[in-house]
Amino acid sequence: MSDFFDIFLLEAVINGLLLGGLLALLALGLNLIFGVIDVVWICYAEMMMIGMYTIWWLHVEQGWPLLAAFAAGIATLAVLGAALHQFIIRPVLAAEPINQLLVTGGVLFFLQAVATVAFGVEFRNLGVRLPTFAIGEMNLSLARLIAFAVALAAIGATWLFLSRSYMGTAIRAISQDRAIMPLMGVDPGRIYLTTSAIGGGLAGLAACLLVLQYDIHPAIGLSFGPITFLICVMGGLGNLIGGFLAAFVFAQFIAVGGFMFQLEWGYVIAFVFFIATMFWKPEGLFAKRR
Amino acid sequence: MNRSRILGGVGLALLLAAPFAGFGTYPLHLAIMALLWGFIYTSWSIMGRLGMVSFGHGAFLGIGAYGSVLFWNTAGVSPWIGAVGAIVLTLALAVLIGWPCFRFRIVGHYFALVTLALSEVVRLVIVAMRDQTGGSLGITPKSALVDGATVSVGALQFSNKLVWFYIVVACWLAALWVWRWVDRSMDRLALEAISEEEDAAASIGIDVSRTKLKVTMLSAAMTCIGGVLYAQYQLYVNPETVSGIGISLQMVFGAIAGGMFVMLGPTVGAVFLLALSETLRIAVGNTIHGLDLLIYGALLVLFIIYLPKGILGTLLARLER
Amino acid sequence: MLELNGVSAGYGAFQALFDVSLKVDAGEAVAVIGPNGAGKTTLLRVISKLIEPSAGALSMEGRRYNDVPAHEVIALGIAQVPEGRRLFPRLSVEDNLKMGAYTPAARSRHAERLEFVYSLFPKMKERRLQMAGTMSGGEQQMCAIGRALMSGPKLLLLDEPSAGLAPVVVQSIFGLMRTIREQGYTVLIVEQNIQQVLKVVDRAYLLETGRIRQSGPAAELLASDEIRRAYLGV
Repeated sequence: MSDFFDIFLLEAVINGLLLGGLLALLALGLNLIFGVIDVVWICYAEMMMIGMYTIWWLHVEQGWPLLAAFAAGIATLAVLGAALHQFIIRPVLAAEPINQLLVTGGVLFFLQAVATVAFGVEFRNLGVRLPTFAIGEMNLSLARLIAFAVALAAIGATWLFLSRSYMGTAIRAISQDRAIMPLMGVDPGRIYLTTSAIGGGLAGLAACLLVLQYDIHPAIGLSFGPITFLICVMGGLGNLIGGFLAAFVFAQFIAVGGFMFQLEWGYVIAFVFFIATMFWKPEGLFAKRR
Repeated sequence: MNRSRILGGVGLALLLAAPFAGFGTYPLHLAIMALLWGFIYTSWSIMGRLGMVSFGHGAFLGIGAYGSVLFWNTAGVSPWIGAVGAIVLTLALAVLIGWPCFRFRIVGHYFALVTLALSEVVRLVIVAMRDQTGGSLGITPKSALVDGATVSVGALQFSNKLVWFYIVVACWLAALWVWRWVDRSMDRLALEAISEEEDAAASIGIDVSRTKLKVTMLSAAMTCIGGVLYAQYQLYVNPETVSGIGISLQMVFGAIAGGMFVMLGPTVGAVFLLALSETLRIAVGNTIHGLDLLIYGALLVLFIIYLPKGILGTLLARLER
Repeated sequence: MLELNGVSAGYGAFQALFDVSLKVDAGEAVAVIGPNGAGKTTLLRVISKLIEPSAGALSMEGRRYNDVPAHEVIALGIAQVPEGRRLFPRLSVEDNLKMGAYTPAARSRHAERLEFVYSLFPKMKERRLQMAGTMSGGEQQMCAIGRALMSGPKLLLLDEPSAGLAPVVVQSIFGLMRTIREQGYTVLIVEQNIQQVLKVVDRAYLLETGRIRQSGPAAELLASDEIRRAYLGV
């Protein structure tokens, strides 16, 4: 039994922590969009995938310096997010939620297909090898650590933006009372666009971090999208803090479950845990009354 | 009312006689696929039209398809019985997810996301059990048609498409009948009341979650049967085509594209999607990998924005004017 | 300062205002009184462009502003304290006030205006970090007025400031009105509490079923038999 609590379990836990940071970043973007605009971007992970391909293409195919490619990736996704809202979400804002879900589902297929047509289904890699270093018998990847640190920093920056800046305050306000926003000189449409751009940008940042760790292929969104949805539901859809905490909880199940059994079973276990929490606290583990 | 009855009867007679018009085996295959997917989409829409929009029916389809094949391949159990096993598992899953959702009023976005994750988990399980299922490569039921046999009722394998045609027609008609039955029964009034105003319905004593659960189980079981039929007809399944987000979204789109609130709507949707994929296959072929999905995705988006009532739904609304 | 000429407005097929004309001069306090459903809130909504008038002209300081979108009305100097306070319940008092200073012009004067509002409403300074939704009705009203003042308006619109408040609080609200007047703000108040509001304003209009029935100096209306009979139960 003491063998169970061995160093490799610790390694899994730490990796879970690092994964949690990344998932928390994705959850933040999704929750922000939902909390403000009341729409779930089912294609969120696929947008991130497009970001990964953008970065790869700029850096590997076009020879851009890595940081420039990162910046361009984030900017591209910010624009993509705003465009998604302007051209695809806006027309269905007044329609049933199912239509909004389906429309982003269509975008999910579309983006997967764009990537397939443009780059094929072979796995691509950024070709950037960051070292792993050893602590005792554990091997920790520098890429993962950087991703974790950057993700936390970005979440912190977003938090500061939301709580301190005028635009951030307006973003927090609009979901509480949209109708009176114009009285204070706020154009709700502009807030939605800005929020969409921020959501896209966060996905772009996630793309930067993921591209350092994983190979790129058109279906990679499927490895992150559904988990992000579950995390957001578990934390309470739209609840930024809830999503943050839920991401780490979930990541632990994936990491430790994957460590004890096979990788896919980690996800299954996380899902089972999620169902269990639904029985226990259906509005979300950390949900406050909305 | 009488006129539509006669029309329906004529249509049905034509349908049943169609294979003998000499169109050939490929069109017959298309007809089978259209009706099979029509059956599956209709099964989905029984839930969908009453406000319970599931993005996870791929889970039930997958359990049906893989269940019957695995039972047959590993234990020699006839798909008839394997199907029962698959249905039991499907119902268990439907209750497991459905009960807390309905009891705790998890609806709309939450419900869609939870069901979406469910279908992905089933897909992951199928892939994870790669030793039994062949993983992403897919699986084929062991052939029972040896020594020139063309029919094996016990193994539910028939090499003659004609047999499959009539099986699928029968199932499709059954699905339509079930659709109408749900439509007509007391439950349906209850559910309309529920989808409009849950609190009010609960206050007049309609057991909301129980009714929702019954419809969910019905829809899930029928989809599961669709999966069994699909596997036994195609004689090949892989995780992508019968489980996961992709097929789940396709089901929703198919039902909606045709018109979710009309009995024949999902079938129209199935015909539409099939025609679409066939056209794309002929026009684009396998040259540009992914182009069909691109057009499919774009169409889905355009449909939702411009034709939210679906093809049949919009047509009927126009006619009413 | 503010002028409405022949303004009509409604919601879809339902018309709420018929050919309304009124004006508010700089430095004045004007009331629009009338029973429930008379169209008073609709009137303020039209002035703030939250709904479009179907006919008539809206002018501010001589300039017609029918074509100005809702979110640019505040730049004209018109700020509204909406009916029911409408604070952002899960934002702090401070953040609610910050929203009042959202426009670029207001941002540059944020600090000084915040000082001013806190000096008018010391209680708001005390509770500045408190969630607005947890405050009492009277405190919320103070905050809502403060929020409107943060934009440094020329014209302040108040929609039923005493509605839903306890009588004791109502007194203090009308006291607030006087204070705001003393600060030099031009005010247009819509009120059901005719008795109280007519003591605070210079002039008033009587709005019944969407039309202006009477207008004149406040004292005159207060003394008018018709009004006394219909609304003051005398």
